[in-house]
Amino acid sequence: MIREFALADFGYLLLATRWTILLALTAMLGGGFLGLVVAICRVLPIRPLNWLTVGYINLIQGTPLLGQLFVFFFGLPLFGLSVDAWTAAALAMSIYASAFFGEIWRGSLQSVPLRQWEAGASLGLTYRQRLAYVIIPQAVRISIPPTVGFIVQLVKNTSLAALIGFIELTRASQIMAAATFAPLQVYLAAAGIYFVICFGLSHVSQLLERRLHVAR
Amino acid sequence: MSLVSLENVVKRFGSLEVLKGVSLEVDKGEIVAVIGRSGSGKSTMLRCINALEPVQAGRIMVDGIEVTAPGADHNKLRARVGMVFQSYNLFPHLNVERNVKLALKLVRRMSDAEASEVARRMVAKVGLEDKLLAYPDELSGGQQQRVAIARSLAMQPTIMLFDEITSALDPELVGEVLKVLEELAEEGMTMMLVTHEMHFARTVADRVVFMHEGRIHEEGPAEQILREPGTAELRNFLSAVLH
Repeated sequence: MIREFALADFGYLLLATRWTILLALTAMLGGGFLGLVVAICRVLPIRPLNWLTVGYINLIQGTPLLGQLFVFFFGLPLFGLSVDAWTAAALAMSIYASAFFGEIWRGSLQSVPLRQWEAGASLGLTYRQRLAYVIIPQAVRISIPPTVGFIVQLVKNTSLAALIGFIELTRASQIMAAATFAPLQVYLAAAGIYFVICFGLSHVSQLLERRLHVAR
Repeated sequence: MSLVSLENVVKRFGSLEVLKGVSLEVDKGEIVAVIGRSGSGKSTMLRCINALEPVQAGRIMVDGIEVTAPGADHNKLRARVGMVFQSYNLFPHLNVERNVKLALKLVRRMSDAEASEVARRMVAKVGLEDKLLAYPDELSGGQQQRVAIARSLAMQPTIMLFDEITSALDPELVGEVLKVLEELAEEGMTMMLVTHEMHFARTVADRVVFMHEGRIHEEGPAEQILREPGTAELRNFLSAVLH
């Protein structure tokens, strides 16, 4: 049955968008937690741990996300672990995000000038106090633009989960395009939805930066 | 008994020997200006005194604490030794008041109200009470440096170390910072300052220490040593900076 692309269909896309957002959120939280671990393992003064972490980062950053999605979706069942598209996508994207978050945050920590450590030290602050009250707050501010920038990438990259059959915004658009034979309108509408989400995120980043007195 | 004493302090960065056996005594209430060419070890000496740099040999005592003893509590030491840097080093994410309050609360364990009270008093002392809520990036270099001084003073240090604190400032802003130092001098604060302001050293310091190639090359009463330098090195240095 062929029909027009109508308002109800746009509603269908919006409904599918919740899966896009949920997947991005999951990857953000899971990847954020793992990324924290990655950043810490990267800076702790334990050589073998550093090498292992660098290896992990290179492996994840050096392979396509789509490949990682396939590995989890088709690979895990080989070990007798049956996974659905949601689980595979959530796992793969969290791991993918962790490598990038880890590097962004390590870089942010290390880009706080040494002078700030010294200023804290010369006031008698302990190492932990310097880290908690002087260094980390500044690192967080420095990390906001690249972190939000990567989250925007993450939102757009959730579209790859369409290829393992996870019905999010892109997969829903494919289905819709097939049903209405109006691919241009459908995909334009989908692009518009992605844009609104990503533009909103960038805007939040700018607000935060201004609010938090990012060091110039 | 002297407040600060250095005995044969040796400091190396790799194979580079920056301090080649420095000995110095500073009495309570004394103001010592440390002068010398860049690379002569003046700043390094200051940084060794509050343990920002570990030394390779020698002994440093500050207010009864042996800085160089293994396992010495450096944080406790630094809470009593104020240090102000060339690059101000205010915390950019905190406003003026919170810059001053941070260590009062964390190190001195003051209540928020107490810390606020001290912060207000100290910031007023350097003439910036109207900037209490401003952030460092909203202040001029001279103002930032005055806040940095207030932040150190708030800890009630027994000695203040000043590391070329006017060197990064525009010339017209130097005066306001030196004025704060002069007031401190009048109050009897013990101070060591690495400086290139010869006029200031002459008028405010009790004693001038001239460092050359990692050693104290010459020292004496400020007025005298700057008018009649005893060594060729100091004469050369003075003629280079005064012209």
